[in-house]
Amino acid sequence: MIMISNLFNRKIFTLLKVQYSNMLEYRVEIALWAISGIIPFFMLNIWTNNNLNESINISDVLLSRYFLCAFFVRQFSVVWVVFSFEEDSLMGRVSPYLIQPLNPFFRYFAQHLAEQITRFPFALIIAFFFFIFNPESIWIPNLGTLLLSIVSTFLSFLIQFLIQSIVACLCFWTEKASSIERLLFIPTLFLSGLLAPVVSFPAYVKSWIYLTPFPYLIDFPANLLSGNETNISGGLGMQILWICLLLPLFKKIWSEGTKKYTAMGS
Amino acid sequence: MVQNIIDVRNLSKSFDISSKEPGLKGTIKHFFRRQTKSLKVIKDISFEIKKGEIVGFLGANGAGKTTILKMLCGLIYPSEGSILVSGYLPFRRKENFLKNITLIMGQKQQLIWDLPPIESFYLNASIYDLDKFEAKKRIKKLSDMLEIDEELFIPVRKLSLGQRMKSELLAALIHEPNILFLDEPTLGLDINAQRNLRKFLQKYNQETNATICLTSHYMKDITSLCKRVICVHEGAISYDGKLDLLLKKLSPVKEILIVCRSEEDAIKLENSGFTVKNKIKNEITIKIENNSITSSLKNILNNFDIEDLFINEPPIDEVIGKVLMKNDYDI
Repeated sequence: MIMISNLFNRKIFTLLKVQYSNMLEYRVEIALWAISGIIPFFMLNIWTNNNLNESINISDVLLSRYFLCAFFVRQFSVVWVVFSFEEDSLMGRVSPYLIQPLNPFFRYFAQHLAEQITRFPFALIIAFFFFIFNPESIWIPNLGTLLLSIVSTFLSFLIQFLIQSIVACLCFWTEKASSIERLLFIPTLFLSGLLAPVVSFPAYVKSWIYLTPFPYLIDFPANLLSGNETNISGGLGMQILWICLLLPLFKKIWSEGTKKYTAMGS
Repeated sequence: MVQNIIDVRNLSKSFDISSKEPGLKGTIKHFFRRQTKSLKVIKDISFEIKKGEIVGFLGANGAGKTTILKMLCGLIYPSEGSILVSGYLPFRRKENFLKNITLIMGQKQQLIWDLPPIESFYLNASIYDLDKFEAKKRIKKLSDMLEIDEELFIPVRKLSLGQRMKSELLAALIHEPNILFLDEPTLGLDINAQRNLRKFLQKYNQETNATICLTSHYMKDITSLCKRVICVHEGAISYDGKLDLLLKKLSPVKEILIVCRSEEDAIKLENSGFTVKNKIKNEITIKIENNSITSSLKNILNNFDIEDLFINEPPIDEVIGKVLMKNDYDI
């Protein structure tokens, strides 16, 4: 068992190392992608200029910390596997990977992790400038909170990766699975906490939102990191529950989908 | 007795194809009511391949050669029939099966475009559970066989097609598979690169006794590597047997260029009952059936004053071209 785990770790570690080298070839693009993720700062501006935070009893400082954390969580949980897989599948590039003893999605997984590592310094620089313009927002989260936030952000990434991988597998049936992903983008944008903290929604809407995976993508980890009041065990539990539901679904759809694979373009 | 490593029984494959009429009307009709039809691209084929054999799949574009290879390596799911490769059902893609095979497609690449090939080699090595020491040993051995060295450290995007193809081969063979599926491996390569690749494949087959299934439109690939060919015509097997026999069957005559000492001798020869292809001054080309070649030549040498004589094999491409057009060979 330990040997299997070691071998598996070695595969993932090598994949990660190679993908990181690959990502470093694109460092300028990654810097631009990091900058392009500043939607939370625009939203912060809209909220504070219109005093919208007063209606939900959150101070300016806590709100600015929330949106900074939302920016960070978004930086380390953004997923684009559906687009990569769709292109590779249509161009026939998936074929050589399908006959290797490693699910091709591990390649994409490593690609995403490598990209997150590459993005990290750029995200820190953006945070540095954020604090220069908002010095009152500076805070140092305690170690326990920081660790839990990292875990929660990683779980958020896993949920998004699984959702998109499931959608990506629809390529085997529709060829243009990314259009389905665009449908998911709307609830992700509005219900994840990227545009507004979920706490600002009406109570009856909130009760429904918390049953979906969306608030656990940004709102929960961002609240956790920024020190806002949140149900830590409940949030982490829901994240794990969604992963447990999505993983077998992905496995099933992958196994059925590969039977439909026609190896187009190769 | 050599065991069968590939066993295919009554294999068929159908694809659903949607069709669209041209023009705006056709586009609107296609949008609202998509018409799809099932197209049977492989029709009830059966064959076996023994361990260590090199088998060439011949056929015109769209005949189904690549689809057969894709089913054999487990890339696509068969619609009917059964396939056993090395004792495994390929489509289940069991780890031990995948560690035994490789697929190389001339037009597709698995190397990471922006990194030197060596990075992809080590990645593949870890995917196939090779430790670093073993990987290094195999990279050295294969790069020596393929005669590549400095290219291993240059980003793939900067390599020539030939260098890239060699690197692709190395990446695909690092786990020392014993069954190779090669789909037009020499596509786009220059003459020297093609020859080197063929030499390498021959050597690999001799050293490892690997089974090789090959498709190629370059006849030299087939003639220099394959003793056995499987001809595929519109999804069905039209011939499965020795290449020599097929060539004999398809080209029952040889062309002989005879240089006579004088033009009179050439005229005499022209009127002696042989099938003449052409005659220019004292040079005459005649066609003789393979089974009577010895007696005919003896007759010519005894009765005519001959300065020189050349026996020409018909161009292999011309002969194989006939294979692509026909669908049945009774041999």
